[in-house]
Amino acid sequence: MKLNLKIWRQKDAKTPGKFVDYALDHVSPEMSFLEMLDVLNEELVKKGEEPVAFDHDCREGICGSCGVVINGKAHGGQVNTTTCQLYMRHYNDGDTVLIEPFRARAFPVVKDLCVDRQSLDRVVKAGGYISAHVGSAVDGNTIPIGKELAEKAFDAGTCIQCGACVAACKNASAMLFTSAQTQRLNLLPQGKVELSRRVTRMIAAMDEEKFGACTNEAECSAVCPKGISFKNITEMNHNYLKSSLE
Amino acid sequence: MKLDAQVPGGQLSEKWKKHKSAMKLVNPANRRKHTVLIVGTGLAGASAAAALGEAGYKVKAFFYHESPRRAHSIAAQGGINAAKNYQNDGDSVDRLFYDTIKGGDFRAREANVYRLAEVSANIIDHCVALGVPFAREYGGQLSNRSFGGTQVSRTFYARGQTGQQLLLGAYSAMMRQVDEGNVEIYSRREMLEIVVVNGVCRGVIIRNLLTGEIESHSGDAVILATGGYSNVYYLSTNAKYSNVTATWRAYKKGAGFANPCFTQIHPTCIPVAGEYQSKLTLMSESLRNDGRVWVPKKAGDNRAASQIPDADRDYYLERRYPGFGNLVPRDVASRAAKSVCDEGRGVGASKQAVFLDFSDAIKRLGQPAIESKYGNLFEIYQQITDENPYEVPMRMYPAPHYTMGGLWVDYHLMSNIPGLFVAGEANFSDHGANRLGASALMQGLADGYFVLPYTIANYIGGTKIEAVSIDSSDFKAARAEAQGRIDKLLGMRGKKTVTEIHRRLGRVMWDAVGMSRSRPGLEKAIKDIRSLREEFWTDVSVPGDKNNLNPELEMAGRVADFLEFGEVMAMDALAREESCGGHFREEHQTPENEAKRDDEKFAHVAVWEYQGEQKAPVRHQEPLKFEVVHLAARNYK
Ligand SMILES: Cc1cc2nc3c(=O)[nH]c(=O)nc-3n(C[C@H](O)[C@H](O)[C@H](O)COP(=O)(O)OP(=O)(O)OC[C@H]3O[C@@H](n4cnc5c(N)ncnc54)[C@H](O)[C@@H]3O)c2cc1C
Ligand code: FES
Repeated sequence: MKLNLKIWRQKDAKTPGKFVDYALDHVSPEMSFLEMLDVLNEELVKKGEEPVAFDHDCREGICGSCGVVINGKAHGGQVNTTTCQLYMRHYNDGDTVLIEPFRARAFPVVKDLCVDRQSLDRVVKAGGYISAHVGSAVDGNTIPIGKELAEKAFDAGTCIQCGACVAACKNASAMLFTSAQTQRLNLLPQGKVELSRRVTRMIAAMDEEKFGACTNEAECSAVCPKGISFKNITEMNHNYLKSSLE
Repeated sequence: MKLDAQVPGGQLSEKWKKHKSAMKLVNPANRRKHTVLIVGTGLAGASAAAALGEAGYKVKAFFYHESPRRAHSIAAQGGINAAKNYQNDGDSVDRLFYDTIKGGDFRAREANVYRLAEVSANIIDHCVALGVPFAREYGGQLSNRSFGGTQVSRTFYARGQTGQQLLLGAYSAMMRQVDEGNVEIYSRREMLEIVVVNGVCRGVIIRNLLTGEIESHSGDAVILATGGYSNVYYLSTNAKYSNVTATWRAYKKGAGFANPCFTQIHPTCIPVAGEYQSKLTLMSESLRNDGRVWVPKKAGDNRAASQIPDADRDYYLERRYPGFGNLVPRDVASRAAKSVCDEGRGVGASKQAVFLDFSDAIKRLGQPAIESKYGNLFEIYQQITDENPYEVPMRMYPAPHYTMGGLWVDYHLMSNIPGLFVAGEANFSDHGANRLGASALMQGLADGYFVLPYTIANYIGGTKIEAVSIDSSDFKAARAEAQGRIDKLLGMRGKKTVTEIHRRLGRVMWDAVGMSRSRPGLEKAIKDIRSLREEFWTDVSVPGDKNNLNPELEMAGRVADFLEFGEVMAMDALAREESCGGHFREEHQTPENEAKRDDEKFAHVAVWEYQGEQKAPVRHQEPLKFEVVHLAARNYK
């Protein structure tokens, strides 16, 4: 099939960007979306032009590197699917496809479709961990954890830190991300000890990084490629309230 | 080249225990004065950074990803081994040790492997403490499953996302140290050179991928935890950016490269679909617990799987290896798949695939049970192939997956260059000629959490380390070298793309240095690689500039290194006149087509030493002395 691509090109953080049109022939339905961009890039290099920069690595939906907005939808709008897992069989001959970077104040564009999401690492730094010293742990079976609880914490822990939740939110809020990070630990007996400190500090870090406030739009969990539940936000808010009353 | 493995004396089972109390220490108040530079934040690098930061050293961690948690370790699926014997099925440190040595076809160092088995249980405990959500039974106890090459259930797992959860544990532990000011992280940075001063590794040259700036960092010790080199095959299950650059550049500065030809071809990957294909997707080995592998008995049987009755199916692994059945080690399973496909019995459009069939397990256990064990893997499969594996069997074919070879290290995980340590997949140490499933995660975390904190202290505590300046001539020369290579690449205005050459290199490597190797094939490959290298350096095109993010330039540098490294890989395969583990030489097989080892001539580690441009490298040997294990033919029948 043939596609008309409109891709955001931007030299670096300081230079303003713009959409550029590319026509691409011979796109096969078995290709992944990123492989389609690979094909475009090889053509560009052959012409001596600079290829389109986009982030990716694992190409199996787990590293969280990839992520662009396609026709207005973060990761392209398929349920539970990252950009790298999106296949061209979802497009038709002659389609126009608009491709742009995740946009948020806390995610400055570094080039073309690549943004800098290190603000998320800085939120994790503010308490997204359990303070356990290497070598001091007790036997793993000493702390029994019910299967259901373990699974629930795990569900929150499947977040890949791609940032789609932020990109989809009209406030560019990182509440879904942050709540997934707090809840994956808060729910476990090992993680409970630091709950208050974790929640308070991580929410403060989020504000410091200029992520917006949550107004319950729930766009975040709708686009989340890992289906992280909006309930995490409610639970984190609850924990936050309790912590501030302590 | 001096290759002293530094294995302590005494009984195998006592070595590490005794040595730990004999090694030098660094006073807590002094640790802050010592800088450790870590390249890579996968399981090995992140766990080392966390543990050394916690101990109080000043740690700097570099990685080319945007976030440290995006390292390739995140993609590991199936699980991590540990000799806990929670299942009361006869597991022990001795048994894990023996399985690993035997799985590696007796080409690993006994003392290192024993230590690995010994610390395996501590890894699970520590990860639980960090909040890793390992699978649990209803009673709240940790759950296990079995993996290839063993007859006990010792694999701990977190759905099909074990690597992700373990890395989250290590990453968050490292971020805690960033929070406490002990670790500094440097993202989107690529190490281009190590710096050796008076024979000792004292620093690294790093390129800031966002600004192109060439930075110099000096320290008391350097740890490379930069992963494996499966992408020399172009198509592999590794993340796209995984590469050999860090270890290869260290090799060119004098570090020995051990057993480069020991690579693992994983038996269960989604087969290649087309020319544009950019990577291959692994389906975890754990699937072989419940999936049965088969092909039609007759070549050219084109019926759909459901139309082929049991009598016309060949469950060839169960037939050939009744003792281990579908759970034979990876090298054995991969070669068996290749041979049935070579006989024309492959399935699917390309005929380069075998079935992995869950219908019996679904009948026996019900779909929900299968879903809870493998749900996310089935989803990945369907997403890629558009086929529903609950209804039709998966199609699988082997693909490059893991590299046992790597920089040579001694018992302390130090290379032959003092001060240069190597951890995780980047070193050669524990898996011999074939790695057992679920053992890479174990090794990476063992190295980082439980070995390096001791051996780094021993090195720093026992060595007089002089001050160095990044303005010294060694640093200047290394910077100039790194910059020179970038300028040269950016000056290339040919007609070929970097990917094009990489794809062709991959083809050469896959055909001649893949699952089956022969003298004529390898000799031809060496010639082909040389001419590809020439073509690269005369006709490749690298657009863009050096002062901002330029992924094409990064890739060009990595492919240039693969083009040199591939040749040494082929030379190593050629020199090893035996078949062992993943290294199968057609000239050396039994009448039943099983691998034939030659312990008399090849019970050693082959270590390659760089001699300079245009000069053939020298092959050294570290003899493997087996004090406890009895060398036997590997038998999974
Ligand atoms: C799909 C898949 C599934 C797997 N499943 C399992 C499993 O179930 N069980 C198991 O035990 N093993 C498994 N493995 C193997 C295992 O995942 C890897 O061997 C292991 O994670 C490697 O970890 P590492 O820390 O050594 O390196 P990596 O995780 O590869 O990390 C390398 C790091 O080095 C950095 N880096 C590299 N070069 C440079 C440079 N020049 N400059 C700066 N930074 C650099 C990268 O940024 C990265 O941070 C699997 C592998 C694959 C491919
Ligand atoms: S490239 Fe890793 S999640 Fe898409």
